[in-house]
Amino acid sequence: MMRVTRRYRFAASHRLHSGQFSEDKNRELYDKCNNPYGHGHDYVLDVCVAGRLDIATGLVVNVQTLDALVKEQILRDFDHRYLNVDVPEFEKLIPTSENILQVMKDRLCAHWPSVFPDGPRLEDIRLRETRRNSFELKAN
Amino acid sequence: MLITRRAEFSSSHVCAQSALTPEENRALYGAASNPSGHGHNYVLEVTLEGEPDPATGMIFDLRRLKEIINASVVEPMDHRFLNYEVPPFDRVVPTAENLAAEIWKRLEPHFDDGRARLKNVRLFETDDLYVDCTGDRS
Repeated sequence: MMRVTRRYRFAASHRLHSGQFSEDKNRELYDKCNNPYGHGHDYVLDVCVAGRLDIATGLVVNVQTLDALVKEQILRDFDHRYLNVDVPEFEKLIPTSENILQVMKDRLCAHWPSVFPDGPRLEDIRLRETRRNSFELKAN
Repeated sequence: MLITRRAEFSSSHVCAQSALTPEENRALYGAASNPSGHGHNYVLEVTLEGEPDPATGMIFDLRRLKEIINASVVEPMDHRFLNYEVPPFDRVVPTAENLAAEIWKRLEPHFDDGRARLKNVRLFETDDLYVDCTGDRS
């Protein structure tokens, strides 16, 4: 078993604001991230897969196939977008990094079996919002 | 406790199987299958696991670790064309995965009887792609 980690980058804006809370409560919860017009980050996404090293190919994963899946399912919708407006899942969900990771995982997992029927498996995904904040979600 | 030592080496390689057509190789390996090869600045992180020796306060002598990494990996591979100059890559495709596995194989015997054992070999082919090998081939 071997793990391969591929890094992707995208730039997106978001605003953290919940209609369930008062203006004051939103400000207290989300602080600057609650500013009304949103703000952006250069996000870094690490996708880690685990699988058997195929003797014939010398590969655990076809990186081109993984790139195509991540581009199609994530980067196309997230890169250079305002997440609250441009990504349907965030019409109701607040685009915190935690929720972004969950949405990304759901999108990848929905297509994983058809793209990689014989492995590898998705191990975890990690999202770096800034150099000081990063988040990790196990796939299983 | 874990300790990690980093090393770098620059090598060229080409990823292709002679039994496959150029199109098949391109589908598997992408631009890495270009026949004349290309190179990377590989970054290697070697992680050892163990408990510090109460007398020395060390898990493993870092100078000795550096020597082992240099002798086993950096000296034979740095500024070389892996396919032509570094066995087994005359017959094994030098993907990042196979390279990490080969590095594990070269390093592991040096740590099989001391306080420290080889825990992980992480090989960055680029900033955006790395492989973790723990020696588990299952």
